[in-house]
Amino acid sequence: MLKILKYSFFDLSRSYWSYCYLLFFLITTTVLLYLSQDPFKVMVSLLNIVLILTPLIGIMLGTMYFYNSREFAELLLAQPIKRTSVFLGQYLGLSLSLTLSFLLGMGLPFLFFGVFGSDHTLDFLMLIAVGVLLTLVFTALAFVVASRFENKLKGFGLAILVWLSLAVLYDGLMLILMLVFESYPLEKAVLAAVLFNPIDLSRILIMLRLDISALLGFTGAVFNAFLGTTQGMLVAFLALLLWVTSPVFGFLHVIRGKDF
Amino acid sequence: MIEIKDLYKSFGKNQVLKGVDLTIPRGQITAVLGPNGSGKTTVLKSILGLVVPDQGMITYQGHPLDKSGNYRHQIGYLPQIARFPDNLRVRELFDMIQDLRSEKSDISSLVENFKLQPFMRQRLRNLSGGTRQKVNTILTFMFDCELYILDEPTAGLDPVAMIKLKELITNRQEQGSTFLLTTHIMSLVEELADHIIFLLDGRIHYHGPLQDLKSLHGEANLERAIARILESNGDGSTKSKSPTHA
Amino acid sequence: MNRRLLIIWCLIIGCWVNTYADTLDIVAGGRFEKINAALAAADSGDVLRIFPGLYKEGTLIIDKSVTLLGIDYPRIDGEEQQEIIRIIADHVVVKGLQVQNVGTSYTEDRAGIKLDGVQNVQIVENRLINCFFGVYLKQSNDCRVVANQIIGKAEKEMSSGNAIHLWYCKRIEVRDNVAEHHRDGIYLEFVDDSQVTGNTSSFNLRYGLHFMFSNYDDYSHNVFQSNGAGVAVMFSRNIRMNNNVFQDNWGMASYGLLLKEIYDGEIKENHFIKNTIGIYGESANRLIIQDNDFQSNGWALKILGSCVDNTFTGNNFLTNTFDLTTNSNNDYNLYQGNYWSGYSGYDLNRDGYGDVPHRPIQMFSYVVGRVDVSIILLRSLFVDLLNFAEKVTPVFIPEGLMDTQPLMQPRP
Repeated sequence: MLKILKYSFFDLSRSYWSYCYLLFFLITTTVLLYLSQDPFKVMVSLLNIVLILTPLIGIMLGTMYFYNSREFAELLLAQPIKRTSVFLGQYLGLSLSLTLSFLLGMGLPFLFFGVFGSDHTLDFLMLIAVGVLLTLVFTALAFVVASRFENKLKGFGLAILVWLSLAVLYDGLMLILMLVFESYPLEKAVLAAVLFNPIDLSRILIMLRLDISALLGFTGAVFNAFLGTTQGMLVAFLALLLWVTSPVFGFLHVIRGKDF
Repeated sequence: MIEIKDLYKSFGKNQVLKGVDLTIPRGQITAVLGPNGSGKTTVLKSILGLVVPDQGMITYQGHPLDKSGNYRHQIGYLPQIARFPDNLRVRELFDMIQDLRSEKSDISSLVENFKLQPFMRQRLRNLSGGTRQKVNTILTFMFDCELYILDEPTAGLDPVAMIKLKELITNRQEQGSTFLLTTHIMSLVEELADHIIFLLDGRIHYHGPLQDLKSLHGEANLERAIARILESNGDGSTKSKSPTHA
Repeated sequence: MNRRLLIIWCLIIGCWVNTYADTLDIVAGGRFEKINAALAAADSGDVLRIFPGLYKEGTLIIDKSVTLLGIDYPRIDGEEQQEIIRIIADHVVVKGLQVQNVGTSYTEDRAGIKLDGVQNVQIVENRLINCFFGVYLKQSNDCRVVANQIIGKAEKEMSSGNAIHLWYCKRIEVRDNVAEHHRDGIYLEFVDDSQVTGNTSSFNLRYGLHFMFSNYDDYSHNVFQSNGAGVAVMFSRNIRMNNNVFQDNWGMASYGLLLKEIYDGEIKENHFIKNTIGIYGESANRLIIQDNDFQSNGWALKILGSCVDNTFTGNNFLTNTFDLTTNSNNDYNLYQGNYWSGYSGYDLNRDGYGDVPHRPIQMFSYVVGRVDVSIILLRSLFVDLLNFAEKVTPVFIPEGLMDTQPLMQPRP
């Protein structure tokens, strides 16, 4: 598996996509930091970029990579290597290369502009952690989709749908339900619902740092107990990790019964 | 060397293999023949573990296939179409496969035979189809294996490369390797094969030595002998669900 | 000539009064070992010096114009029972005492030091520790409460009193006190023409400062921090609130500053930092809210539709989750010349003001106003889209509610 990881990463590190991704983050982060002296504003802008783009790029490149390396995977499968090792290796190779692009793209400007060591170090580290986790989640989801569907068109369609659902539709639906059931105590339900969406989880992790004054303005004891403590942060992180591992196990399961 | 018992496989609604039983004899060249869609590639891929059978049993050297894929150390496989990671160079690909199998191999003579030296430093995405097929061939033969599984090995090869390939096959057979191949080129079968498996509609219609097939149907020519099987079955490929004629 | 004579007369009389003002020392082994004994012996104008020790003498009733002067903070203890010092004479000074342990009562307002219907009394530099009420002024005028430390042990709102409590008073100066762990830090009801200055009121269960039915008062340079519900100013007119700090007041019913039924006041140069709501206005009218900083609050301003003719100008709105929210489709207040960190316009003519108006209300703040748990969706893509849609075609937001001259740089 480590060998597959090595070669996948090696292959991707020469890919034009990796450099586009790296350059995009490098330029946006630099421009944002350069133009705005207010770290709070930069955080908010970067938060939006991270929450929208890392999942989208992760799931699209993941799907593309899986389909493109389909025949190569076949060649690998004819070698004396375990099936799951081949795909786990490819998954890790891809997520490692995306993660590295993301880390360099955001981290270098942070270093350059001296963000680390300032009052906001922890905020920015959190942003980076969240971005990395989202990359891992969505490349895994991409592998689930692409391994499940032979038809590329279907696969890409579904990948976009997954992203759209988790990035926009889920929250819209949540809001509608909240308005419909406004007369009920909703705190527990809302917190539970959030656990089922990795993008929401990531957003809340950052919000706990940015908007704590507003978040704590609520009567619901459950809400406060969750959001006001490090325990809440831990739960959110754990849930995110679960969001990484479960699709990984998911696509490995599909792969085990798949014909090539 | 390989025993297949009662193998069933369907892709969705399409029942591809309907109870295949066969034995691949050691040290011989066995050709799997049959019209398109008869299940040839599926049989080969089942042996490699690429396809997961619905039912049935495959043993290699008397052992059931294991998931770790260790038995594939003994197998060289030439797939029908080969695609490689776009950004790797040819040389790197060869090195990589050696690294992955943890086996060393001297490929210089193979590279020379197939005239691949000028391409060794090129990226795989820039290669033509024929050159890719040569790369593919070298990948298959770079290790000395007990068994070679070749799926349409001649597709896209130029005549010179074709001759080199045939030489390679006979050489390895003489060294004791077993071959299992599919092809549409009957002359190649007549030239190389010892053994014939004829698949039609997911079932085996003939399984035995090449000579026997010819004499059974009273035809000196293999192509005609096969045509006879097809005729006696009507248009077998479209009647996949009908019972076999008595 | 006449005037000079008058001054000389005054000096002579002053000396005469002074000579006849005795100093009575209360000290272990001295002539007086009990404060009560000294009080009984004292005449108006005498100074009672109380030396260090623990004094448990029930309620001390001060009915003469004496000065109680503590040396190194003698401890006057109420044994978790009764009121400790009750002043019913004018011109009393209480200075340098440690007054401690007044018990909780549900029937009477027991205090560490109570002023009952007096004038010109000064309560200076005392420590009031664990008192039910701290300093309690009842129907008293022209008094000073200065530099006291009033630290309670309040745990429940029902069973706790206020640190400084003023009821029906006029011209009172409350300055440089520290008020902690009571129900309200400073409480004013029917108090006019008074000054509350330089106090620090924090960790109180309810309000840091609580104003009711009080007019023409000033409060300035105070710090109100981490109180249960912030500061409440209600049913009052002509209040000036300047240079105060309102900080860390978190909770659903918690405000930096709650304004209810307030008319004609001014709120200038205050700092509102990290409160759930910076200013909450309900029927607040004709106020001038100017040059304040609102920083990192949940809501900087929550101004209900019943607030009319207020002017918000020169304020800095810095990184608040929401700058402004209201419950009405109409708004009759003026927002002009403020700095909004959320402003995304430009200033082509370089006059320091943005060329496009700023709309400080977001659609989403409406939604949160209706269903509070929806705050969980803050900063999500869906909510951003919602805000954007509302910005393009306003339906819920009062159309006229905008700052037509948003500042490009924050006021220093």
